[in-house]
Amino acid sequence: MIVNEQVAVDHGLKKDEYAKICELLKRTPNITELGIFSAMWNEHCSYKSSRLHLKKLPTKGKKVIQGPGENAGVIDIEDNDAIVFKIESHNHPSFIEPYQGAATGVGGIMRDVFTMGARPIANLNSIHFGSPQHKKTKNLLRGVVHGIGGYGNCMGVPTIAGQTSFDSSYNGNILVNAMTLGLVKKDKIFYSKAAGLNKPVIYVGSKTGRDGIHGASMASASFDEKIEEKKPTVQVGDPFTEKLLLEACLELMAGDSIIAIQDMGAAGLTSSSIEMASKGNLGIEINLNKVPCREAKMTPYEIMLSESQERMLIVLENGKEEQAKKIFDKWNLDFAVIGKTTKSKKIELYFDEEKVADIPVNTLVENSPMYDRKWKKAKLPKKNKIKKEDIKHLKIIDVLKKILANPNVCSKEWIWQQYDHTVMGDTIQKPGGDAGVVRVHGTDKAIAASVDSSAVYCWAHPLTGGKQVVCESFRNLISVGAKPIAITNCLNFGSPENEENMGEFVECVQGIGEASDYLKFPVVSGNVSFYNQTKEEGIKPTPAIGGVGLIKDYKNMITLDFKEVDNLVLVIGKTEGHIDQSLFARTILDEKNGPPPEVNLFNEKNNGETLLKLIDNNLIKSAHDVSLGGIITAVAKMCIKGKKGININKPKYLINEIEYLFAEDQGRYVIEINKKDFKKVADILNKNAVHFDELGTIIENEVYINDKTKVTIDELSTSNKSWLINYMSK
Amino acid sequence: MKSSVITFPGSNCDRDMDVALKKFGFKNKMVWHADAELPKSDLVVLPGGFSYGDYLRCGSMASKSKIMQSVINFANSGGMVMGICNGFQILVETGLVPGVLLRNKYLEFICKNVFVKINDKKNKYFKNVDNEVFEFHIAHNEGNYFCTNDQLKEIEDNNQIAINYCDENGKIEDQFNPNGSIKNIAGIFNKEKNVLGMMPHPERMIDTSLSGEDGSLFFKNLINNLK
Repeated sequence: MIVNEQVAVDHGLKKDEYAKICELLKRTPNITELGIFSAMWNEHCSYKSSRLHLKKLPTKGKKVIQGPGENAGVIDIEDNDAIVFKIESHNHPSFIEPYQGAATGVGGIMRDVFTMGARPIANLNSIHFGSPQHKKTKNLLRGVVHGIGGYGNCMGVPTIAGQTSFDSSYNGNILVNAMTLGLVKKDKIFYSKAAGLNKPVIYVGSKTGRDGIHGASMASASFDEKIEEKKPTVQVGDPFTEKLLLEACLELMAGDSIIAIQDMGAAGLTSSSIEMASKGNLGIEINLNKVPCREAKMTPYEIMLSESQERMLIVLENGKEEQAKKIFDKWNLDFAVIGKTTKSKKIELYFDEEKVADIPVNTLVENSPMYDRKWKKAKLPKKNKIKKEDIKHLKIIDVLKKILANPNVCSKEWIWQQYDHTVMGDTIQKPGGDAGVVRVHGTDKAIAASVDSSAVYCWAHPLTGGKQVVCESFRNLISVGAKPIAITNCLNFGSPENEENMGEFVECVQGIGEASDYLKFPVVSGNVSFYNQTKEEGIKPTPAIGGVGLIKDYKNMITLDFKEVDNLVLVIGKTEGHIDQSLFARTILDEKNGPPPEVNLFNEKNNGETLLKLIDNNLIKSAHDVSLGGIITAVAKMCIKGKKGININKPKYLINEIEYLFAEDQGRYVIEINKKDFKKVADILNKNAVHFDELGTIIENEVYINDKTKVTIDELSTSNKSWLINYMSK
Repeated sequence: MKSSVITFPGSNCDRDMDVALKKFGFKNKMVWHADAELPKSDLVVLPGGFSYGDYLRCGSMASKSKIMQSVINFANSGGMVMGICNGFQILVETGLVPGVLLRNKYLEFICKNVFVKINDKKNKYFKNVDNEVFEFHIAHNEGNYFCTNDQLKEIEDNNQIAINYCDENGKIEDQFNPNGSIKNIAGIFNKEKNVLGMMPHPERMIDTSLSGEDGSLFFKNLINNLK
């Protein structure tokens, strides 16, 4: 096939990018080389629109062992233990083929983690769908949930937490973000940097097929009406083979024969070999005839661009091939020496004794395009004034029931019951709480993890929204008694070529950076997914933040269910009555404008750290952060889970009852304490200048508000639990 | 007491079972599926997971694996063999226990706590248990127990039903059946009651921080019965 500008454009490259390739090579690339460039230079692999801005994120900290740039981030959790974790998107494939798209998303992120030597110990996910009324939503949701479960359950890794939302902006572009945490000994972490000359390059895992060719390019473009034609670009997962690959890799890693290891994810053999060579400042020579292929007559182009799953590339010490092969034979996996490291600093490919590609590694990596895209700054919208007559007729209990049954608040049990969340025998906080918690096997330590996003806030004001998501992650970890350590981010946006979308990206990243810097909650890994749009219609900006924290003694973990009648319930943090962009404003008042709640980083940090102090002093019986739906929604969930009621007396405030109960001001938690501890708790809060309200007392079975309205917990529970089950069974 | 846990390539509850058995006093050994010989054991456990991927019927390939011939011989000579979840699926595929396990009625994987009522205590698994009802944990996609009417009659005549899904008071009704199993069957024995297959995972309920502690009661009782 003759390569020309049109062929390059068909590969998703821009005309000037093609010109640059010809200039760098000082010749026209052949079709295999063009394929390699298109795979490395697409948005998904090169981060060409985002790199400039991602550089500004804080990525260092005392507990950070490895920040962005490796397969995953690594943090120190003491005693020579480390946690490897990352979140990644699989949005485009999941929309085209929900089961396989979601399944291979989970498989891909687990590979990123065990590539570094860590055994995966927990999975999480953040999934976003279109309006429940949209004709595709139900099937997409069902397919994605089955796919996530199908892969994670077979791998035997518990799925411990997640987030699901519905918004019409995802009608044509659902989001599927998968996160994995793995446990590794600090001195047994593996990296992807090749080193040494003439070292064997080994291919292990599944055979290479024609699936997923151009997956990464597909993920770097918008959808149009021809989306069905893209089905062949979706990879097909085989979790059993991945389980074998996991065990085989960990067995090999127990020895000392591996120099570098890299999974074949997006852009398959291309990106894995090039990344290893680039990091080691070396060349790699591969004989493509040696690559185990599933199908006959695969061309070099297809072999290099296949995204077949469950494959790894390893640079081994000389002479260790036999020993390594034995392990992969035991696990019934392919093992092939396909090449070697060279000093050429080039990627050189041979096929049928002919050289089919010869590209300097730096042209693919360092010389890849980087764009300073034009972007538009968002204005902070004007505040709405709530008119008394708009809310006068509202009955709090009716509103509360509506909010509890809202698709974005309701119980997601239908989803997480389909995920094995207890395998490995260390899950001590299951889905449905503020964060999932797993013990570090055989120790007193436990790891808490949560994944959050607030697309509506980010859409209303990206800078504030970006900050808010990080704070919410911080709060969710603190609510279970964990000290927040670091985050991973999955940045889901529309087209970077659109100034408004690019502006949303830039400002969300800025907000994330400011909050993570202030809270000492650095970003250690992440992923950017642009072009989440169909034709001109883009998604709401949806940065998802995966937070990880440490609980030193798992017995001190906190849950959100109310524990005991007569205990006191307090609200930590001040309620100003911010209604704009709250669930109440959007669903009850149908008011979609206005600014999101302000984020005060000082208060976030101070309130959170003070709550941790209270937890350390064993003064907290239950805790829950206040988010969507405000104080009353948080309290209702604590009641439902604890099967207890509460007698609420609104504290004396300038704002009215509705504003107090449904406002979404930030930096707040609901806590339960024993009456006899009140003075101690109040002292600590006062000493740290943390505002708190006395909200009420726990009682049996019912919620009373100011002695006049009441509702039973059963009624609230039904509102909360039935929406999703009814929706999916219709 | 010596136990052996068989590890198939896709087993994923083998470690959990190892932890549980050791916690309650068993000297446990892990046995690889490609081995031919079983070590000397008082109890052999087929753990949960996806043995060989289960792309064919669950457990069907595992039932033909090398180690299984030894397990079958061990069971036929009266040895205690317990299959949990995928282990139960393997047991029905070997024919050591009757029936089959279909896909769950609502075609979805289910992971949650359930209650099961002990149907028969005249066996080494449940003898001397104080409880009538256990709270156990299930996590499966194919746990819908099915058998022919003739088989069912035989099973009932021989009192081979081990546990049935029920409510916390032991009431066995359709509404407490999580997967559509015939007669709410959650576990059954072979005729001689030395082989037990069950869907619930007692190994996931062995301390208060986990889903519950009824698994501890089960294992403590089991090791005492074997002594």
